Amino acid sequence: MEEIITGLTFYLFAAVTIASAIMVVGSRNAVHSVLFLILAFFTCSALFVLRGAEFVAMILVIVYVGAVAVLFLFVVMMLHVGENRLFQGVRRFGVVGVLVGLAVAAELIIVISTRAFRQDTPAVASNPTTADLNVTEALGQILYTDYFLLFQMSGLVLLVAMIGAITLTLRQRDGVKKQSIPQQIERKREDAVALRKVESGKGIG
Amino acid sequence: MAITLEHYLVVGALLLTIGLFGILLNRRNVIIILMSVELMLLSVNVNLIAFSTELGDLTGQIFALLILTVAAAEAAIGLAILVVFFRNRGNIEIEDINSMKG
Repeated sequence: MEEIITGLTFYLFAAVTIASAIMVVGSRNAVHSVLFLILAFFTCSALFVLRGAEFVAMILVIVYVGAVAVLFLFVVMMLHVGENRLFQGVRRFGVVGVLVGLAVAAELIIVISTRAFRQDTPAVASNPTTADLNVTEALGQILYTDYFLLFQMSGLVLLVAMIGAITLTLRQRDGVKKQSIPQQIERKREDAVALRKVESGKGIG
Repeated sequence: MAITLEHYLVVGALLLTIGLFGILLNRRNVIIILMSVELMLLSVNVNLIAFSTELGDLTGQIFALLILTVAAAEAAIGLAILVVFFRNRGNIEIEDINSMKG
C-alpha cells in the first residue's frame, strides 16, 4: 500500500515537473514562464524529498525559488520584454529543432533503459550514508572537512559573481544631487563666504 | 509500482531535452534562454541526487550543492549583462544581438 502511494506521488510530481518545464519554454508571457519555473523547482524538490535527500531539497527551494527565481522575476518586470513567440521561427528552425530534441530525448532514454550503469561489482562509496545520522548531519560532517576547499571555492565563485554583477550594472548618472562627504569636509570658509563692503544707496553691482 | 533509479533518470533526461528545446526554438527572448539553462542544470541535479541516494553515497549531494551555487552565480551575471544590454539598446530581442558578429 505504501509503495503504491509513493509511486503515485512520484508520478504526480514528475508529471507536474515536466509539464511546468514545457510551459516555461512555451509560455507566451515571460512572467508566466518565471512562475512556471518556480513551480518546476518546487515539484523537483518534492521529488528529492521522496528520494530521501531532504537537505538538498530545502536548499533548492531556498536558493532557486528564494533567490534565482525572484531575480528573474525582477528583471522580467524591469525590462520591457515582448511577447514570447516561440513558434515564430518554426518554418526556419522548427523541423531541425524538433528533430534534434526528439533525437536527444530518445538517445538518453535508450541509454537509460540499457541499464549499462548497473554493474555487478558493488559500488565503493567514498562517503557512505550511515543509519545513525540523518542526511543533513552527515552532509555537514563531510562538507566542512573533506570538501572544505570546494566549499570555499563556491564562496569565491559567489563573491566574484556579486562583484561582477555590481560593476556591470552600476552607473554614475549626471544631474543627480548627491551628498559627497569628502567634499563637505574639504570645504573652506573662503570658498563659501565672501565679505563685501556695501556702500549705502548702491547695491552690489 | 516501485520507483527505481531509472524513473528519476528519465525525468532528468526529459528536463534536459525541454531545456535544449527552449534554447533551440526560442527566437525572441533571451530571458527564456537563461531559464532553459536553469532547467538543464536542474536536470543535472536530479541525476546527481538519484545516483547519490541509489548508491548510498553522499558525494553526489555535495556536488548538487556546488552546482546550485554555480547556477545562482550564472543567473546573477547573465541577468546583469541583460540589464546593461537593455540600457544600451532598448530591447533584448535575440535577432538584434549581433553586434559581435564578425
